[in-house]
Amino acid sequence: MKQVLVIISMFIAGMVAAQSKYETAMGRGLEQLQAAKTAEDMTTASAFFERVGDAEKDKWLPYYYAAYCNHLTGWMNPKADKDKVAEKSKDLIAKAELVERNSELYCLRQMVAVQQMTVDAMSRYQTYGAEANNALENAKKADASNPRIYLLQGQTLLRTPEAFGGGKAVSKKLAEKSIELFKTFKPASPLHPSWGKDEADKLLEACQ
Amino acid sequence: MKKLTILLLTVLTTGWVNAQVRLTGKVRDNRNHIMAGASVQVKGSYDGGVSDSTGHFSFKTFEKGEQTIVVSNVGYKSVEQKIAIGVDTVEMLFNLKEEVNELKAVTVTAGSFEAGDKKRAATVLSSLDVVTTGGANADISAVVKTLPGAQQVGEQEGLFVRGGAGYETKQFIDGTMVNNPYFSSVPDLAQRGRFSPFLFKGTVFSTGGYSALYGQALSSALILESIDIPDRSEASASFSPIFVGGGLQEIAKDKKSSWGVRYDYTNLAAYFAIVKQTPDYFKVPEFHAADANFRIKTKSGGIIKYYTTFATNHLGLRRPNIDDATLKNAFALKNTNWYNNLSWRENLGHGWKMNLGLSYSTDHNDISNHIQNQNNAQVSTGLVWIDSTNFTATTRADLSQFKAVFDKRLSGISVIRFGGEYMYSYNKGLYNTYNSLLKDHFKALFSEADLYITNDLAGKVGVRVEQSSLLNKANIAPRLSLAYKTGQGGQMSIAYGTFYQKPENTYLYATTNFGYTKATHYIINYIKNTALQTFRVEAFYKKYQDLVKTYPAYNNDGSGYAKGIELYWRDKKSIKNLDYWISYSYLDTKRDYLNYPAQMQPNFAADHTASLVMKRFVTQWNTGFNFTYTYATGRPYYLLVKNGAKYNIADQGKTIDYNTLGFSLNYLQNMGKAYGVIVFSMTNVLNSNQVFGYNYGHDGHKEAITTAAPRFIFLGLFLSWGVDRRQDAINNNL
Repeated sequence: MKQVLVIISMFIAGMVAAQSKYETAMGRGLEQLQAAKTAEDMTTASAFFERVGDAEKDKWLPYYYAAYCNHLTGWMNPKADKDKVAEKSKDLIAKAELVERNSELYCLRQMVAVQQMTVDAMSRYQTYGAEANNALENAKKADASNPRIYLLQGQTLLRTPEAFGGGKAVSKKLAEKSIELFKTFKPASPLHPSWGKDEADKLLEACQ
Repeated sequence: MKKLTILLLTVLTTGWVNAQVRLTGKVRDNRNHIMAGASVQVKGSYDGGVSDSTGHFSFKTFEKGEQTIVVSNVGYKSVEQKIAIGVDTVEMLFNLKEEVNELKAVTVTAGSFEAGDKKRAATVLSSLDVVTTGGANADISAVVKTLPGAQQVGEQEGLFVRGGAGYETKQFIDGTMVNNPYFSSVPDLAQRGRFSPFLFKGTVFSTGGYSALYGQALSSALILESIDIPDRSEASASFSPIFVGGGLQEIAKDKKSSWGVRYDYTNLAAYFAIVKQTPDYFKVPEFHAADANFRIKTKSGGIIKYYTTFATNHLGLRRPNIDDATLKNAFALKNTNWYNNLSWRENLGHGWKMNLGLSYSTDHNDISNHIQNQNNAQVSTGLVWIDSTNFTATTRADLSQFKAVFDKRLSGISVIRFGGEYMYSYNKGLYNTYNSLLKDHFKALFSEADLYITNDLAGKVGVRVEQSSLLNKANIAPRLSLAYKTGQGGQMSIAYGTFYQKPENTYLYATTNFGYTKATHYIINYIKNTALQTFRVEAFYKKYQDLVKTYPAYNNDGSGYAKGIELYWRDKKSIKNLDYWISYSYLDTKRDYLNYPAQMQPNFAADHTASLVMKRFVTQWNTGFNFTYTYATGRPYYLLVKNGAKYNIADQGKTIDYNTLGFSLNYLQNMGKAYGVIVFSMTNVLNSNQVFGYNYGHDGHKEAITTAAPRFIFLGLFLSWGVDRRQDAINNNL
């Protein structure tokens, strides 16, 4: 009987709560994102979010997630052409920015720039490093309480040698700040970005 | 219970399934190749899918009736197709066409090595590469010499490219020609370039077939593009046993403008006291150099840039006289040079762009050569072949130049470009008591089109018309190149062009009854590029006509040819943290010019030249290690003696092979609030014997021309506050 109730309630939830087709779709997309194990799964999730974005021109979240998923494929597939992936990510971010410019999108821009820099850090530092720094500066201006800003900054600096202003000590402070902010951080809705807590914990661990 | 569950599930799911229709199909590109990763969607809905690795897609949709399917992929034009969705599965086939864009389109590369970030695909060298090339001592020309096409000429400055003399290569900064890119010549000792690599964001070393925008260079163009507004303000200082310097670069808060000043003082006294030099320096080389710049961004995305540098230097050296060991030649040089460059780049709207360049330079030399005895007193021997080497000369060379280039974007990314330039050169000389004066009003008009026929096929067609008032002659020079993309990152290019150059002033002083010297280039190349690797092979044929003859008469009766093949391989991928490149040039060239009795291999051309450049940055030590090994086969040398109505070859031979290993080390460390870089470098680490040619005495005996000291060793500390220049060399781990 329990099962029946569950199924019925799911069905009802599905139909009735589908008052917002958009929210259901986003929920499904986030599930895909969570479940993605391969770069292909991630591409599928990205394409799904992009379709939602194309249909809901006044929402920035679908394109945000489309860009985020697309960006992740660049790391998940070691053979990916990171420049090509980044080109697509930037395309999607730009579409989201048509709706609004915010701290989360700037954070994403930083991630994309870092990804492109890694292709040839030595000679790309000046261009993509600066682009990444700029993005974080903008993210802070938009909302300095976004914990992901400090997580991203910490991650970048951890992989920067001490002599260049990076290293564990600097990175640790940022990880701590990020964790501190995560304690009070509340996403504006269940669909808004909330990722990063685990990564911040991992970063702190790596800084010990 | 179970039955009920199953029933419910069946009812519910069939309800879903019935409502949905499956859409399947394939996506291909315009060459009919399978396309993975293309997004397929029902327009306006959330329903859609992605093509898999076999190009197939399949998804279900709730949408009914007439719908639009949109297929898109990065770098391709999206395709829309209307379909009617009923109850049956719909099958579709899509072909996507590549979008023509600057990053992906084929670029015309025959003959040129492009450096800098402007076009990722063609990047070969960056300004960082220049300062981290072992043994090059941050001299742009020295690094360019490790690229294919350039000769290893150590006895005089200049880039000797593909059988061309040094003066056949011209340097251009932001479009305008630089009259004196090197410090003034000293006999048998090559001098450095005047410009710091940090001034430039991009360097194009064109070894032939270059754009119609550039002229007056028979062999090669080194095209330097100065940086725009730097990222951050900084103060910098440098210390070394041979120089001290300091500078300031200030960027406005809104990052719309910046200005900077710098001063450097170089004195080799301390260095020469420790490292023995073959010549006896009675005036140790001393240099003062000051520069200043400003840059202003304009409202419509353009920029105005001004750069000026003022430098003076003084040196004097004695060497034994070749004809009489008891006598010495005392050579002294004083040089003052002032260079100015003002440029304005602007977007005019409607696809129009404008580039204006204005430059002015003036260069003054006081040179003397005196025969001295063992007590360093001037003497007269009564022997004409010795006494005639006494001279005093003062020279002044001014160049004023204006250049305007307009760009109009045509459909797609094709561009048409045209413009003109005007140069006024003023050269005045006093050689002993002989006065000379040359003035030239030189005008040129040029036009060129970059035509992208498809993403895979591009052409550059140009023409240049020049007129010199001094020669009172005009010329017309067509240029043409084509490039075809053969596959991922690979492309073939061909280039053809004619190039004209005025004879050097040395000959024009004797008579202005000359025509232009002329070269015709034919080039074919193949290049394969990925983000971290570059392979390039190029073959060329160059025909020289109307070269300057000085004997039996001053005229344009000279001729010659050069042909060869060149290879280049750069790899930052195969060995972790190691960046290396290999270049090889084969050159077959002969020319009849000046007093040559026939077509001969000129003394600046070697058959085979190869370089291996390696750079490794060790992150945990904050240190970069750089090695450059260069090898060249011997070059010919001749003793030409006048016999009746002709110069005969009285003696000839080939020098020993040339070997050199250069090393440099950059150590990066915080020093208080400053970022510091310690640079140590050494040329010719292996102490190889280097002979660049021979000087002949009056009696026909010869003496080798070699370096002033076996090696040059440099140690310096560069500090900067504010901006992290060491981040230029940031690790590969990021």
